[in-house]
Amino acid sequence: MLRFIIRRLVQMVGVLVVLSLLLFLWLRSLPGGTVSAILGERATPATRAAMEKAFGLDEPVWVQYGKFVGRVLQGDFGPSTSVLPGTDALDIFLQRFPATIELSFFAMLIAVALGIPMGYVAARRRASFLDNASVVFSLVGVAVPVFFLAFLLKYVFAIKLGWLPVSGRQDGSLDATRVTGFFVIDGLLTREFDASVNALKHLVLPAVALASIPFAVIFRITRASVLEVLDEDYIRTAESKGLTNRVIRGRHVLRNAMLPVTTTIGLQIGALLGGAVLTEAVFSWGGIGEALALSFSRRDYPVLQVIILAAAAVYVLVNLLVDIMYAVIDPRVRTR
Amino acid sequence: MTPSPMDPRPSAKKNRIDSLAATAGGGTATAVKDVHVSAAGKVGDTGGVSLIASAWARLRRNPVFLLGAAITLVFVVLALVAPWIAPHDASKRIPELLDDLRPGAIPGPRDGFPLGSDEFGRDLLSRLLVGARQTLIVGVFATIFGLTGGLVLGTLAGALGGWVDSVVMRVVDVMLSIPSLLLAVSIAALAPRPSQWTVIIAIATVQVPIFARLLRGSMLAQRSSDHVLAARALGVKPQAIIFRHMLPNSLGPVIVQSTLVLATSIIDAAGLSFLGLGNSDDRQPEWGQMLGEAQRLIQDYPHLAFYPAICIIIVALGFTLMGESLREALDPKSRR
Amino acid sequence: MTFKRKATPVAVLAVAALALTACAQSDRDDSGSDTGSTSGSDGGTSTFTFGAAGAPKVMDPFYATDGETFRVTRQMFEGLVGIKAGSAEIEPELAEKWEPDASGTNWTFTLREGVKFHDGEPFNADAVCKNFERMFDQNPAGQVAAEYWSGTFGAFKAKAAESLYKGCEAKDEKTVVLSVTRPTSGFPVFLSLDSLSMQSPKAMDAGKANEVVAQGEGFIYPAYSKAGVGTGPYKLEKYDEANKTVSLVRNDDYWGEKAKNAKVVFKIIPDESTRRQELEAKSINGYDLPNPADWKGLETAGNKVEIRPAFNVFYLGLNPTKNAKLTDLKVRKAIYQAINRDELVKTQLPEGAKVATQMMPDTVSGYNKSLEAEKYDPAAAKAAIAAAGGLTLNFAYPSEVTRPYMPNPQKLYQAMAGDLEAAGIKVNVVTKPWNGGYLDGVDANAFDAFLLGWTGDYDSPHNFIGTFFGSLDANNFGLAKHSFGTKLAGDLAKADAIVDEAERTKAYEELNRQIQEEYLPALAISHSPPALVVGEDVEGVVPSPLTAEEFSGVTVGGK
Repeated sequence: MLRFIIRRLVQMVGVLVVLSLLLFLWLRSLPGGTVSAILGERATPATRAAMEKAFGLDEPVWVQYGKFVGRVLQGDFGPSTSVLPGTDALDIFLQRFPATIELSFFAMLIAVALGIPMGYVAARRRASFLDNASVVFSLVGVAVPVFFLAFLLKYVFAIKLGWLPVSGRQDGSLDATRVTGFFVIDGLLTREFDASVNALKHLVLPAVALASIPFAVIFRITRASVLEVLDEDYIRTAESKGLTNRVIRGRHVLRNAMLPVTTTIGLQIGALLGGAVLTEAVFSWGGIGEALALSFSRRDYPVLQVIILAAAAVYVLVNLLVDIMYAVIDPRVRTR
Repeated sequence: MTPSPMDPRPSAKKNRIDSLAATAGGGTATAVKDVHVSAAGKVGDTGGVSLIASAWARLRRNPVFLLGAAITLVFVVLALVAPWIAPHDASKRIPELLDDLRPGAIPGPRDGFPLGSDEFGRDLLSRLLVGARQTLIVGVFATIFGLTGGLVLGTLAGALGGWVDSVVMRVVDVMLSIPSLLLAVSIAALAPRPSQWTVIIAIATVQVPIFARLLRGSMLAQRSSDHVLAARALGVKPQAIIFRHMLPNSLGPVIVQSTLVLATSIIDAAGLSFLGLGNSDDRQPEWGQMLGEAQRLIQDYPHLAFYPAICIIIVALGFTLMGESLREALDPKSRR
Repeated sequence: MTFKRKATPVAVLAVAALALTACAQSDRDDSGSDTGSTSGSDGGTSTFTFGAAGAPKVMDPFYATDGETFRVTRQMFEGLVGIKAGSAEIEPELAEKWEPDASGTNWTFTLREGVKFHDGEPFNADAVCKNFERMFDQNPAGQVAAEYWSGTFGAFKAKAAESLYKGCEAKDEKTVVLSVTRPTSGFPVFLSLDSLSMQSPKAMDAGKANEVVAQGEGFIYPAYSKAGVGTGPYKLEKYDEANKTVSLVRNDDYWGEKAKNAKVVFKIIPDESTRRQELEAKSINGYDLPNPADWKGLETAGNKVEIRPAFNVFYLGLNPTKNAKLTDLKVRKAIYQAINRDELVKTQLPEGAKVATQMMPDTVSGYNKSLEAEKYDPAAAKAAIAAAGGLTLNFAYPSEVTRPYMPNPQKLYQAMAGDLEAAGIKVNVVTKPWNGGYLDGVDANAFDAFLLGWTGDYDSPHNFIGTFFGSLDANNFGLAKHSFGTKLAGDLAKADAIVDEAERTKAYEELNRQIQEEYLPALAISHSPPALVVGEDVEGVVPSPLTAEEFSGVTVGGK
């Protein structure tokens, strides 16, 4: 088992190295780039050449890659060129990551709070109208393009009703103190409770929009898992023993059905942390998803590289954990 | 469920893929077993019924499936006949509408133009009708291309195992670890002349690793399943085992996934357009493109966005409902 | 009965959700009403919150190149020369007056007295010279980063001979002589550029303002760049990067009329429709460059759309490098005649847009009033194209971008391509992202025809036609392939060096005529007024043709 894990860890490093190389080559093979993004209409062949020279873009691409790797090994991904020019790309990632974590956490909270109870109820009343309606409802959330859903939410709750803010993470006029980068927690730490409440209100709409898909996934897995457990012999035994519904539900069904659900939640969180590009863009949420969209459209390659590599690392790690779990559960995989 | 791969919301790529693969791999493989076992009388009521026949028997009575199938049928028929029932040429600017078109004033419904004009002086109704065809084309071709790519990689990895598997799966890992939106966008960016086909290929590429993983997973599980072992023991050639025994048994989840991908492709095309990265030639209308472009005007001309959005939502829902009920029907665990 | 029990979790959730919404609502009622303005009693207590499309790059305008940065720094910094509100004309700012000697190369500036930088340092002749020396003396990275200096003065200290800048001499406390190596129409007009603003020498020393480093693909700016110190009506309070807001507070020691509001906050919202939604929700008080399609809706909702005078030109560039037929004036003229510009302007460009008669707007000196717009004549165009043996054009337009002169490139392209096809021209569409190959392609002469434009930096004809056609090698129109290329570039340089203003203006008028009637290297299409939108309770925004609004006269809700 240990050898399996070590082998996979080595492979993971390999994946990241290969990815960094492909990423580097790919970005540099794209037409245009940083220089165009900085100069715009003002670009002339002369200013373009001067800037390319200053950035070492006139050197062969492998030399550039070598320098890039050299700097990355010292933890330096280079300064951002347009998302937040001059700031170290890694710092931008670290600065924005809490925003994404905060949003992911609340989206997950909503997805779990709705998905598990609904999935459970749907399974208990399988093939009933309630079951079919829940299935359709969960899938509607999936079928709506997220930016359109976001628009509907903003239009109703922010513009027409004025209950919640349109975008952003907090009102700028509050002048809140920053400690951890998690605005809700910062407010609690500094006892600026109004800042916490304000940040929470900003969280509601994007979290709901973001929750639509994890909700559907958790709902489905819960429903399937509960159905499976309900059919197990030990539940039948319990029923035939004359245990009350309540005991069976609580002690047997839910507990046993939760195992795959928990795994799913873990995986969903892993996927969320990669940044939700569309949701963050629509809500102007200062997380890594928005940074990803911005850095691509403005050709901010250092930021793009950091985010993709970090997202890939998270992804590969989660992947590894799941594979390890699979290996533990299913010996057929391990023997390979 | 059908996460939009454009938006790394917990699309839970891997989770979804693996759970699907499990239903087939473990699933279809054991299904074959089940048939024998059940023939022996374990579960009397379904004994001897083939998986497909029993799936169909259940689907026929499943309102969720029927709803999805009905939507899909209407959509496909519409896509086929659209050019003949559209009142106007969807790609031509109509002088009558153009007369009243200003950047701040888009002509509304009037005689002969029940839904009014689009942003460019073309008949909105005709565009919506003809859009069904282009939308179907995007969905179908993105799925076919994605499936073909996945089939090749997945079959190679799953069937051959060993170093081939390692290499292919690392490639797949790298592809999966890049945020899918970015993968699609960059492929679109590399194309010399963006067109509908670059959008299709971009969306399809995102699906390749998902299909590959799915197939590989189910093949892997089958490699050690009884019927493959039996075939091998009988001296059947490896090639024949792969193509006659393993591949057909993996098709269940592939069909399910394809149905779901049909839906996500349409949503993804909308996401790409929303970010300004979709097909920029809009002479042939496509719903995702219409929605993405209308998003800029949604405040004053919400109908321009709502009509394509509703079409997309209904069609995506149709495919998803079908896919989800297929998944359940083909899952041998649910044959009770 | 069982149903009821089983439904409990759902019911509980529903109740919880309702309670949550109710909470949210009541909270909003408490705090929501005062968004956009801080509480207070006296006049001038309001906060003006502006929705910005992007993050400011630096707080030191010298290294800035983009409008989002200048919008912020403009409120904090001032130059020797200022711009009259609502126009492109220059006016005295930190210098009260200036005059040249006979050669037009030595300019004596008389400085305003009683001006202090935000850090309390006095503004005087010494400070001016320190500023110019600092700008002139840049390390290699700084030379690349300081784009506006190289665009105006040409070179830096390292290549002093090539630079327009010659020296700065402090005659006394309030008199400075700035010397240039040759007379030019741009000097001293371009001293009104935000990049050439005056900054506190002490703060620049302390923050090592010149220590720019090029690393990887970007610049690392010194500490000073995050905390620039100027003389303007506002000073930097806080740049909250995590929350994407920049706050400025009123400078109470300002030499002129103090800012009417207490605070200006820039909230960075990259998505345009979100900016509009924020305005409708009243959480911002205004934003820049609303989509022309939104103007009417914004006004119906009670907002004020402030339309700026157009100070730009939108053109169809033609480049014969890869298409020899384009060297033929008749062909270029046929393309011009084929385009129905009246309809284009009417249906695709914002209200107030005008068909262009030449490559600069009418507010610039040197504009030739006698020129008339080329008439739409599809028949003549078709005949000319046929006579030339047909024409195939690789016609490019940019994606992922809107510019003030070009609100929707794709629609503009489609309209024009349709017209060209009607005239018998075969059009091959090429589209590239603005930063992802389009600008590179234009610079590399990759397209036969392309859509581009220019917004003037300052009131000078040279900033328009000099930028376009002033260099035989560095231009987008393949001038080297044209027989007139050398002459045009030479004539432009000559006109620029004329010291006498009236004579110079006449020379430019003549050049404009020649460009339109004899050369036609590019087809001027239109001038579009960019707009700015503010909420109904905002007063005092003066729209500027240079998109250089100062917010110190703005009040929100009359406070």
